Amino acid sequence: MVLELQKPRPIWQIMFSTHHTDVGLLYLITSLAFLFLGGTLALAIRAELFLPGSQIIADSMTFNRIFTVHGTTLIFLFIIPFASAVGNYYVPIMVRYKDMAYPKLNAIAFWMIPPAGALIWLGFADFTWYATPPYSIISAPGPAADMWIFGLKILGISSVLGAINFIVTILKCKHPDMSIGQVPLLAWSFLSSSLIIIVAIPTFAAALLMLLTDRLGVSGFFNPAMGGDPIAYAHLFWFTFHPEVYVLVIPAIGMMYEIIPRFSRKPIFSYNSGVFAFVLLSIVGFSSWAHHMYATGMSFTEKTVFMVGTLAAVPASAMHVFNFIATMWNGRIKFLTPMMWSVGGIALFFSAGAGGVVNSAMPLDFTTHDTYWVVGHFHLFVMGTIAFGSIGYLYYMFPYVTGRMYNETMGKIHFILSFIGTVLVFFTQHVLGLYGMPRRIFDYPPIPEWIAMNQIASVGAMIIGVSMAIFLANMIHSSGKGKLADIHDPFGLGGKYYYPFEAKNPSH
Amino acid sequence: MGGHSNWPEWIYVAVVIALMTWVGAEAWEAERLVEHVPEDAEVIKVTGQQWFWTFEHEDGTKEIGELHVEVGKAYKFEVMSKDVNHSFNIHDYVVLMDAIPGRVNTVWFAPDAPGVHDIQCREYCGLIHYNMRGTLYVEDHS
Repeated sequence: MVLELQKPRPIWQIMFSTHHTDVGLLYLITSLAFLFLGGTLALAIRAELFLPGSQIIADSMTFNRIFTVHGTTLIFLFIIPFASAVGNYYVPIMVRYKDMAYPKLNAIAFWMIPPAGALIWLGFADFTWYATPPYSIISAPGPAADMWIFGLKILGISSVLGAINFIVTILKCKHPDMSIGQVPLLAWSFLSSSLIIIVAIPTFAAALLMLLTDRLGVSGFFNPAMGGDPIAYAHLFWFTFHPEVYVLVIPAIGMMYEIIPRFSRKPIFSYNSGVFAFVLLSIVGFSSWAHHMYATGMSFTEKTVFMVGTLAAVPASAMHVFNFIATMWNGRIKFLTPMMWSVGGIALFFSAGAGGVVNSAMPLDFTTHDTYWVVGHFHLFVMGTIAFGSIGYLYYMFPYVTGRMYNETMGKIHFILSFIGTVLVFFTQHVLGLYGMPRRIFDYPPIPEWIAMNQIASVGAMIIGVSMAIFLANMIHSSGKGKLADIHDPFGLGGKYYYPFEAKNPSH
Repeated sequence: MGGHSNWPEWIYVAVVIALMTWVGAEAWEAERLVEHVPEDAEVIKVTGQQWFWTFEHEDGTKEIGELHVEVGKAYKFEVMSKDVNHSFNIHDYVVLMDAIPGRVNTVWFAPDAPGVHDIQCREYCGLIHYNMRGTLYVEDHS
């Protein structure tokens, strides 16, 4: 299974290609570029919050713009394109088809991302990734805000096109000998997340248009001064973006389903349970959006309904954790870099989920809502689970894509430092939230506990920063000068049994 | 399921469901108690605007940035906003309610000891959001 042609080609041949591995490579490089850009902004935020007062950022306007672009970048320009990269490389192979169902559409979906990223970065808006009205209508300065809206609009279209492509590829183009019950779990994860995208994104697409016309002053959907209701935006936004959380996390779980059985050298504990949990999550994910809005003045009944809807998603997530542990149980585990990232990701996924139960319980939410607890909570998902799963998978893909091995020691150091850093930053932020520090603040009063915990978090962030520099050096150096990989068994796991789709698909 | 017994997973899922049911029931019961506003609660109108808080007592007196209340009394806040979304927060008493233009949201509390507490805005509201702070003075007049 070679994912990329070995012989070097001019860059424009890759750029104008519609072949799934070429588009996958473009997605991969773009997403990693934005990972480093967004991560740099994170380091700036943590450096600024190391002490009260202004440190390295001149004013709160700049700070607000930085955390807005940080969040937007890492969610929409790193996590989603990275998943698309993996899907592009693997889904056609897994369903034994020659390419994605619509190769040109696939390339178009990718090429929407660079202009959208440019709009977001050149605009540098300040209204948070949530763009909440009426602030985003009456206070946020243009053209940055308008550029952000157009950027997100383009990214939404790109996601929907990509999702259609994955769904058709999996359901319609899979090999006739293959039943849907034989499709690997990674492909199932793309099927589930793509179905969520198709249902969820149009709502936000509509909300973005309404936000834009509100900003232009021709409508007042969310502007109370014109009879609108800001809460309507919150509903539309979270109806898209709570399910979107599962869009982000499900492919990362799918990647772990590829890695954990292989490196445990054991078949997966229960394929059916994995499929069931994916499908269940993608349905139940739609029943919980308003748990983001308890403090907006919802009635007791509404809050109860959305609390139940939220708690209902927990068993499905817990089934994945069980499946991973049961797969590793009694396995001959080989703790190479990809496996370390996956197992670390599961541990943090469990922690993030446990924290999420606290948020969803109505009275406790009023302690944690909009504090650093929430920042720590969702970062344990996006960094601890999704980025860990993705980076682990990147190490796993590396020999297949480049034909060379990465440096194993540097990979392990990258993992260990990142894991320590992640725990330091985001566990500490949970506690900081319990002490009441609000999110999205440029400066804070010199409360000793706040200072201490901000400093721990900032040190953790610097450790992650160092680990990411090691990662970058490893990737760049190894892709050109790394040891040549044994493409049939780069990780020395032994036996074709662990690469089931390769045996059936020798042409790839 | 793969030709092997799957009963540990069923037990595990049942335990998770039982735990979530328990968490949900406890939360429901606690929230029901918390939301029950005492009949004799004094009303304080809280208005958020970029970037300060205004408080209006029942007798018409207004305070800006500071709020004086008495120990042992119950207070019901009617939270409003003049411009963008804010969130009225006294963290020490777990008082949190969004101030949303065009709406009046209510939340109540009954301070149980004299003291000084921070009031802050917990919803992003722009330039000086970080410093949209106030002080709560709980006083003992008896």
